[in-house]
Order: sequence, then C-alpha cells, then structure tokens
Amino acid sequence: MLRLAPALIIALLVLPVGAGLLMVLLPAFGYLPALGGHTASLAPWQMLFAQPGLERSVAISFASGLVSTALALMMVVLFLAASRGTWLDRSIRRLVSPLLAIPHAAIAFGFAFLIAPSGLVARLISPSLTGWERPPDALIVNDPLGLSLMAGLVLKEVPFLLLMSLAALPQLAPEKRLMLARSLGYSPTIAWLKTVLPSLYPLIRLPVYAVIAYATSVVDMALILGPTLPPTLSVSILGWFNDPDISHRFMASAAAVLQLGITLAALLCWWLLEQLIRTLTRGWLTDGSRQRGETALRLFGRSALLISSSMALAALIGLGLFSVAGFWRFPEVLPQMLTLDHWQRSGSMLASPLLTTALVGLISTTLATALVLATLENEHRQHLQPKRSLWLLYLPLLVPQIAFLFGLIVAAESVGIRPQLGLVIAGHLLFVLPYVYLSLAEAYRQLDPRWLQVARSLGVSRSAAFWRVRLPLLLAPLLTAFAVGLAISIGQYLPTQLLGAGRVTTVTTEAVALAAGSNRRLIGVWALVQAGLPLIGFMLALTLPRLLGAQHREHAS
Amino acid sequence: MTALSPATLRLEQIKIALAGRELLAVDATIAPGEVLTVMGPSGSGKSTLLAYIAGFLEREFSASGGVWLGEHNLLNLPAEQRGIGLLFQDPLLFPHLSVGGNLRFGLPRHSNDKHQVTHALEQIGLAGFAERDPATLSGGQKARVALMRLLLSKPRAVLLDEPFSKLDTALRQEMRSLVFSQLREAGLPALLVTHDHADADAAGGPIIELG
Repeated sequence: MLRLAPALIIALLVLPVGAGLLMVLLPAFGYLPALGGHTASLAPWQMLFAQPGLERSVAISFASGLVSTALALMMVVLFLAASRGTWLDRSIRRLVSPLLAIPHAAIAFGFAFLIAPSGLVARLISPSLTGWERPPDALIVNDPLGLSLMAGLVLKEVPFLLLMSLAALPQLAPEKRLMLARSLGYSPTIAWLKTVLPSLYPLIRLPVYAVIAYATSVVDMALILGPTLPPTLSVSILGWFNDPDISHRFMASAAAVLQLGITLAALLCWWLLEQLIRTLTRGWLTDGSRQRGETALRLFGRSALLISSSMALAALIGLGLFSVAGFWRFPEVLPQMLTLDHWQRSGSMLASPLLTTALVGLISTTLATALVLATLENEHRQHLQPKRSLWLLYLPLLVPQIAFLFGLIVAAESVGIRPQLGLVIAGHLLFVLPYVYLSLAEAYRQLDPRWLQVARSLGVSRSAAFWRVRLPLLLAPLLTAFAVGLAISIGQYLPTQLLGAGRVTTVTTEAVALAAGSNRRLIGVWALVQAGLPLIGFMLALTLPRLLGAQHREHAS
Repeated sequence: MTALSPATLRLEQIKIALAGRELLAVDATIAPGEVLTVMGPSGSGKSTLLAYIAGFLEREFSASGGVWLGEHNLLNLPAEQRGIGLLFQDPLLFPHLSVGGNLRFGLPRHSNDKHQVTHALEQIGLAGFAERDPATLSGGQKARVALMRLLLSKPRAVLLDEPFSKLDTALRQEMRSLVFSQLREAGLPALLVTHDHADADAAGGPIIELG
C-alpha cells in the first residue's frame, strides 16, 4: 500500500493537469464534439485576435507577473542581507506565516481600501497635506496600467518568498560564510549578497517560478485590483468561458492556451534575466569591493520589507474598520459611528458558506496530509533519496489555473462527473498537496533516525513506531503543515468557482463576488472572515502542541 | 587600519562569562610573528575567546577586557574593520566560486589580482588550479587555499580555531609547518586555540592552559 503512495501523488498531480491542458488545447482548435465542434479550425484564434484590447490585456498580464516577482524577490533578498540579528528580523520572522496565511482576495480588498481615493491613506493625509475636502477623482484602484494589481501581488508574494528562503537557508550554514567574509573585511550586507545569495537562489528558484506563473494568471486579485477596460487576460478568459454564446467557449479555450504561452514567455524571460544577471555580477563577486553600497542597501533592505508588512497589516485593520463603520465623512480618519449592523445582517448569510469552506478545507487537507505522510514514510523505509521527480509537485503551481481548470471540467464531464462538491474537493487537493508536502518534508527528514531505532530495538513494530514515536514527535510541524493546507484551500477562488459550477459557495467566492458591487462595509465583513479563518488554523497549530506538552508535564509532576 | 607596519596584539584582562559563570580569564601580549597557543578541553570557552576578539560574540555571553592591535582599540570596531583573519577547522571555500575566485575574494579591491592569484597558487603548489571547482580539491589542497585566501586579504593579526584537527595525520604535520612559517614570514601576531599538544609544540610560542 505504502509503496504506491509516491506514484499516487504524482498521478494525482500530473493527470488532472495533463487532461485539463489537453481538453483546452482541442477546443482551442475547434474540436469539442460535446459542443458541436467536429473539425479542426483556426476560427477560435481568429475570433480571439479580433477582440478589442487583447494586446493590452496580454501586456499587463505579462508585465504584472515579471514586475511584481522581481520587486518581491529584491525586497526579500535585501531584507535577508541587511537585517540579520535585528529586532526587525525577529519580528518579521514571527509575522511571516500569519501573513502568508491571509488569502489573496482579503489582502487585495484591504489594500484597495487603503489606497482608494477615499481610502485610509488619503484620509490620513487630508486635508492637512493635500487640501482635499472630498475624495479626489482619480482612478487609483483598477488603474489602467495595473500598478495597484502589481503592488497587491507584491504584498502577497513577499511572505511566500521569505518563508521559502528561510526554510532553505539553514542548509547553507550562512553564519559561517558571513563570519569568514567579515573577517576578510566585508561589511555584513555585502558579505551576505556575495557569499550566501549565490548559493541560496538555486534553492528558491522553483518557488520563484511558481510566483511568476501565479502572478501572470491570477484571477481573484485581478478582479479586485486589476484594470477593467480591458481587464487582464485571465479575467477576460473567465468572462468568455461563462458567456452563454457557445462560440465564446472555443475562443476562451484559445485564450487559455495563449495564457499558458504568456506564462511560459514570462518564465523564459525571467530565465534570460537570470543568465544576464549572473554574467553581469560574476566580476563583482570577486572584485574585492567590500563596503560600497552597504548603507544604501541596508536602508532599502530594512525599510522596504517593513513598509510592505505594515501595509499588509494596515490592510487588515482597514477591513476591520470598514466592517464596523457607520456614517464616515471623507477626510475623517475614523468613522463617526461604529456599528455591528453589517455583521448582524451578514450573520445568517455567512453560515452556509462557512460550513462549505470548512468542509472542503478539512477534507482536502486531511487527504493531502495522509498522502504526504505515506510518501515520506515510504521514502524513509525504502531509504530513498528525495527524488528528482519532486519538481512535478510544482506542476499545479507552475501551470496557470485558468489554463487547465476549464479543460479539467470538460475531461471530468466526459467520464460522467458533473461539477459539484466532490470535484471542488479534488481540485483543492491538487493545490493543497504541494504546499503540505513542502512544509512537512524537511522536518520529516530531519527527525533524528535514532528515535525510531530506539523504538524498534524496544520491540515496537515499524508501523507502531510510526504512530507512537514519529507522529507525536512531529506533532508541531504536522499541525503547521495542516494549517498551511487549510489556508491554501480557504483562499482558492478559481477552482471553487469553476469546479463547483458556481453552486458551491465558500467565503472566498462570496467575498470576490462582492467586488463587482461597491458595498465596502459588506466587503469588509466577508474579507475579514476570509482572512480570519486561516489565522484560527495557525493559532491552533501553534497552541495545541504547547497545551498537550503542558499536560504531559503535569502528569509527570 | 591602513598602516601596515607589524603591530602587537594585546589581550588585556579578558574575562568571559555565560549566565553568570566565568568561562575563562586571559591576559596576554602577542608580538608580531609570534604564535600564542591557548589549550583546553572542549567546552572551556576557547572558541568563545576567538569570537570575542574577532567581533562575533553571541549575545548570551558577557565579556569584559580590552583588545588592542597596536594603538587601536578593536572593541570599538565592527568585525569587518578589525583586520583580524580567521582560520577554521573547515576550509570554508565558497562553493559558488572557483579556486581563483575564492582567492580573489580575499584580495583587497584594486590590487593587481591576476598576477597575485597566479603567484599565490604557485606558492602553495597548486599552479594552474585557478579555474577549478573547490569541491574537486583534496582536503589538504582546500586547507592551503583557505590559508592563502586569508593571507591575501592582508590581515593584521590571525586567529586559528583548531585548524588542523580535521586533517589526517600525515597532512597535519605538513600544514602546521606551512601555516606557521607563512605567519612568521608575514610578521603577524597569531592566536591558536587547540586541544592537541603537537599543535602547540609546532607553534613554538607561549602556551596558556584553560579549564
């Protein structure tokens, strides 16, 4: 049974993506018998390229992916280089997991509330600095260049890249490298950039690629922060797929293939940039310069991440404020009246989506955790090295969701599975699995093997040793991995919306649906609930091991 | 730290404590070209003493006493400006740089690196190794490159933290004589911590026993 686990995981990840891509590729060239497409044709493509504003949609999708990733990576790298051992370093390390747990949509809403013409930032500086007595008439959120979308993406990408880097760093023994470089006269930030970064980057390359793929094709954030006329390509595709006119389905398939191409082009462009930067900095690494740029880099490294983390926190506070705001005249920083009306009115509507969210999250995460544990235990028992096929784990994160989920529905329907709750859970599993694996694998492999040898030598069977020794010892990382899985599931918009055919509603689909309207108070309530759920998971994951540990100690005394 | 005339390293009434318990107390003067050996079992705080002098002492230790290099009070300077070179058990050659790259990493900026690197490699019997990946070197070769990288950076004093303990016996003798002759030639004050009496004998300088 156990031996099948790795194959099962790979199949679970590869088959749906493959089938989904195939069933998007065929209709893109006119072939989809279920919808009356029996012959290959280029009509979908001709129709696609005749769409007004397509070039702009494509350009913004491409640019927002590259620009936001470059900014986020630069901020993370310089922060790590400049802040080691400072209070900022310690507080950000504590904040990074909760920040990562906040769903994209909640961050996007909160960020929009901050920067909107009548948002918190404008209120803070008005009328004292700006002279505004009324909100300025400016298109800040949904700006045509996608700048607010890029900024929102950066806020979410920074904690992800930071966490991935922090997980990879210990194996590089950065302290030793730094000590050596500093004893040779290198100032701390420069020393980190010259001696740690070149070894760190290869270890976080796949996560960086996943970020690019995500950012070029994101739907929920683009619905909230992105440009509208035309929207990003991914948002256009969603509209075309939902169009009642059947011919739009074929065009949408072509557009999904185009989206895949854009993501691949962005990845290729990034790879070329990598080569360019490597060539350009090769001389700098060994030119002996030890101090130059230290102050500027240190200043930027510390302030940029401080600002982005504060923005993310302020976004949450903004959501909270709007959710309890009554009457709120413009330049006032705080509402004149606080009220729980919006919460009370939403209360009854929240119950069912909350239940669905919890159900989908718990089932998909439990399945994912079981599969990951089986794979890791098998790896341990067979004394296997972590496989090179590991990068397949990243497949669902590297292929844009919008490019294969529609095809996945078609594929599922062709074997008689209709969109419904079960399909949503299976879809979530696809995205939860990689994250659970990534957050658990390192802790699993690092557990001192002698614990299990001791258990076995005391006459305990292999599986008993797994249940009675390994799992209790790994309780903390296991719970964290579970909380990560839950957070990923809770935040999923597109898989829930598409695989549930709009009939499976979670707090995330409901919150994003509110983006079209303009009731900020209601949005505040839903986005806050959406942000709060994963945080509860993380808090439980942090406190449970302590509570259980305290119990042990009490029994002992 | 620009004057390059040989300077004396003075350790003045140094006391280091951890959680209120005194680990060690040292008072010594090391002349240029001299090697002071500090001996003691593991846990006696030898490496902590080096960390204090070089500027890397962990927060949980408390320390008092002065560290002077010639006229300069080193305790006022950040680690990278103290002019103190370190040699560890592990050679710690950077894996992302070639052998030559590692040596250039040690060279001061704007020095005539190409010639110096070639010359340095010849000195340690590794001529033509500049483009090699450090991972392809033997243990002894790595140790020699690490020593050369240290010397190229023109330190004003050197601290050695059990630098020979990971080499096999035959190599150990060879490295000892190479390291100590190079240090003497460069006229640098050096502090060696070790638990191996043969190291202390080879160093030939005064010995302080801890613990």
